[in-house]
Amino acid sequence: MKYFLQRLAFYLFTAWAAVTLNFFIPRMIPGDPVQSLVTKYQGQLSSQAIEALYVLFGLDKDANIWQEYVAYWKQLFSGDLGLSFTFFPTPVSEIISSSLPWTLLLVGITTVISFFLGTGLGILAGWRRGSWTDGLLPVTTFLSSVPYFWLGIIAIYLLTGPDSFFPSSGGFDSGLVPAWDQYFIPSAIQHSLLPALTILISSVSGWILSMRNMMVTVASEDYITVAHAKGLTDRRVAMSYAARNALLPNVSGFALSLGFIVGGTLLVEIVFSYPGVGFQLFQALGASDYPLMQGIFLIITISVLVANLLADIAYLLLDPRTRKEG
Amino acid sequence: MTIPTSSIEQVIPAQGAMAQPETGKPTKAKRQRFRFVANKKAATGLVILGIYVLLAIIGPWIAPYDPGARGNDLVQPPSTEHWMGTTHLGQDVFSQLLTGTRSVMFVGFFAGIVATVLSVLIGVTAGYVGGKTDEALSAISNVFLVIPALPLIIIITSTLESAEDWLIALVIGLTSWSWNARVLRAQTLSLRRRDFVEAARATGERTWRVIVFELLPNLTAVIASGFVGTVIFAVLSEITLAFIGVTSATTWNWGTILFWAQGQQALAQSAWWWFVPAGLAIAILGTSLSLINFGIDEFVSPRLRSAGKTKLKTADGKTVRMRIGFTPVLNNSAAPHTHATPTPVVPTPVAPTPVVPAPADPQQKEVAP
Repeated sequence: MKYFLQRLAFYLFTAWAAVTLNFFIPRMIPGDPVQSLVTKYQGQLSSQAIEALYVLFGLDKDANIWQEYVAYWKQLFSGDLGLSFTFFPTPVSEIISSSLPWTLLLVGITTVISFFLGTGLGILAGWRRGSWTDGLLPVTTFLSSVPYFWLGIIAIYLLTGPDSFFPSSGGFDSGLVPAWDQYFIPSAIQHSLLPALTILISSVSGWILSMRNMMVTVASEDYITVAHAKGLTDRRVAMSYAARNALLPNVSGFALSLGFIVGGTLLVEIVFSYPGVGFQLFQALGASDYPLMQGIFLIITISVLVANLLADIAYLLLDPRTRKEG
Repeated sequence: MTIPTSSIEQVIPAQGAMAQPETGKPTKAKRQRFRFVANKKAATGLVILGIYVLLAIIGPWIAPYDPGARGNDLVQPPSTEHWMGTTHLGQDVFSQLLTGTRSVMFVGFFAGIVATVLSVLIGVTAGYVGGKTDEALSAISNVFLVIPALPLIIIITSTLESAEDWLIALVIGLTSWSWNARVLRAQTLSLRRRDFVEAARATGERTWRVIVFELLPNLTAVIASGFVGTVIFAVLSEITLAFIGVTSATTWNWGTILFWAQGQQALAQSAWWWFVPAGLAIAILGTSLSLINFGIDEFVSPRLRSAGKTKLKTADGKTVRMRIGFTPVLNNSAAPHTHATPTPVVPTPVAPTPVVPAPADPQQKEVAP
């Protein structure tokens, strides 16, 4: 329990750091960013949008930075992330809440599948070293070096077409309205297959490699030899002795890879024009829509923190040593 | 590299290959210096990386065309004139690829250096000094570890007015040091209590001298593998940034090529020559760097080497698998060896009984009678 509370405190601290970073980044831009945006758009921005920008960049009043900071926090707690000016006057929170479920489902499901598949293959490759599984290594090395979005482009090029099963873009058929019915759900699944496959192929190799290396390291430990000497079946030794111990660094390595997978997913969404947060971020970038960009960054960070907390709970269940008091 | 391809964290370098006592003639020491290169994976990776570095230097000079120059052949497939075809403006893709290598390699290495210096400063200090300093520095690196790096880099670079190569490299370097710092801290913690470090401290060496001359040489492999990992990450990040159009579209790198290919409907026109070469170039560069990292890993921890053929066929046609520290039981008898059978006591006439029984060797137990 103490371990869990420590982790919770750490994630709260990280969330605070992310929000603070988000607060300071636009304030570090030299000059008057709003004015340069206004000139860039040459009168296309409404006066309300300009006003919203000045509030965001903290240039509207002579309040000191501390007061602004407190006001910023108050805004966040009321769920107000500002107004997007690509979709003016829609609030940023509304745009994000409409696109977040797409990303969460896509990343969530593929990450879980990829973790279990990769870990399983890694156990096999590490335990049966010198068999055909060694051939997996060069392939996975190559695949893990390929950028996610390029793999997406190749997938679109090879697998989609006028009469292909896979649609090349979007999240559902253009004639449908998002709803939980028998027309929408199959269409959404069909559209998500290819992006999911792309993420799966690029992310699974990392799990295979790290799990394989941990299995090899663990396989020469004394307790494995003892387990063999006791006459336990090979399968039992592999799963309950070697894999269980080798799994721990993989679970704790979740933190780093999750941020990376999420980053890659954003790109895959862009390539497939998938209606998730990544595609939204892409549109915001093209329009220099700072409120939307920052809101998206904040939401992504908080989602990753929550996922990390879940991984920590899994670690707690897997490793009894962390449960001991003191 | 979704996950650090290095597993060095678990292995202490001084216990690996490097810890072997320097016995023997100087000729032997000389040969050992090149042992890292003798590793097949590392050698392959270094050769490919060398080609890329060479192209980064001479690429812009040997490019047959100006990468931005427009031509009359629009979206043409590869021919003898344009080895990798042309773009929507008739630009030569091959020239763009060659010219773009410099920017990619520059950003990769510059960001790698920035991140490595930071991680050594923060990780080694945290591990060596300990106490409150350690807690503060560890907290900072953990925060950077958990915040998703790519969105952060996108947010920062999009607010920059002019996103030049060195600025992008700086941003990438400043945001991607945390993993290496964590690994280095763990390594330093385990090295700090070693006798040679204690001895140096006892003789009154200054802290910086202990760190630079006693600790750092023993951390070389970890630092190198961290550097290579960061270079892979930096290259991928820069190309991603260029692909989504955050950086200026006037400097050529592989991401810019992909940016134009995506924006100008290369897919709809089936212009595969436009986007395939750039992606392959990234993948091969990434693979070569990963190979170098595997080389370092295997150099430090020989266990990870591929074991070669471990399956053996016995005389009676059964297959036996070898494993480390474990000799397979070649079972020739029909009865399973699960029950102890009384062995007839044979007096050994020659050897005197040792006073202390020899420690049981796990390998011996498994050898068939």
